[in-house]
Amino acid sequence: MSPIENHFEDGILVTSLDTVINWARRSSVWPVTFGLACCAIEMMCTGMSRYDIDRLGSGVFRATPRQSDLMIVAGTVTHQMASRLKLLYDQMPEPKWVISMGSCSNAGGPYWEHGYSVLKGVDKVVPVDVYVTGCPPRPEALMDALIHLQNRIIKKRTIARPRDAAPRTVEA
Amino acid sequence: MDLEAIAGKLNARFPEVVKSVETAHAGDPFLVIDPGRILDVAKFLRDDPEMSFEWLMCLSGVDYPPESIAVVYNLYSQTHGRRLTLKALLDRNDPRIFSVESVWRMADWHERECYDMFGVVFDGHPDLRRILLPFDWEGHPLRKDYVYPESYRGVTNKP
Repeated sequence: MSPIENHFEDGILVTSLDTVINWARRSSVWPVTFGLACCAIEMMCTGMSRYDIDRLGSGVFRATPRQSDLMIVAGTVTHQMASRLKLLYDQMPEPKWVISMGSCSNAGGPYWEHGYSVLKGVDKVVPVDVYVTGCPPRPEALMDALIHLQNRIIKKRTIARPRDAAPRTVEA
Repeated sequence: MDLEAIAGKLNARFPEVVKSVETAHAGDPFLVIDPGRILDVAKFLRDDPEMSFEWLMCLSGVDYPPESIAVVYNLYSQTHGRRLTLKALLDRNDPRIFSVESVWRMADWHERECYDMFGVVFDGHPDLRRILLPFDWEGHPLRKDYVYPESYRGVTNKP
């Protein structure tokens, strides 16, 4: 029994601002259209009707990083691509997340030892939130990673920050 | 017309241009030709009605350390339904051959790739840049003695 119960009209709901913000963010994690290799095929499959990533609110693949919240690095990242990937990541507005999909972007995959031109893990260039194992991972695995990411997003506190929290800084 | 006949025609037109006819290897038999006259040979093979090799199917490189690098030309004649493989052996320390881009346009990107991977310089090519690797990459990776770089632009290449 809270003291404010029955003091409002019907349809009024009281909650914290953080919950609303996190609910909105969690339900509209828009990925940037960005596929590098065969993992991108599985990512496209995840977007199609059988798996339908839209159920999680992430079906809106944006053609520009400026409108995106999530970068799914799906495929082999070469050294030549790495600088472009970093540029795209830097163009995304905060808050932003990265899912590293598949062995190649996790650690270089089959090219981890003898691939002279392949980056040994995309985390050498951009910070990664969730790693998905597999070569390539099945769509279920990508969706699991997305749910995992959503569970992290709803724990985030934007307004009600702890008193002793350090001021937020943007890495250069 | 078999390989010996083609070699005979080439030698009749350009004396001693065919150095050997190799048929004993696994895979396609091929002609080893004088790299200095590749452009004449290419034009002849394309334009002569008996030859009519209109199509350069593939152009690739092979490294034979320590002395030579080969450029391989795979030709196809749609008129006669025939294939022909040419091989030109170059000096490995200074691999250099004339471009056939003016004969077959599709040699353009293939020669760029051959330059990228083996360091073969194609004289007369209109735009000889790297095609796959970054422009500031050092070395040519498909050479047998290529040493993998430790890092590229400050990003480590170690697992």
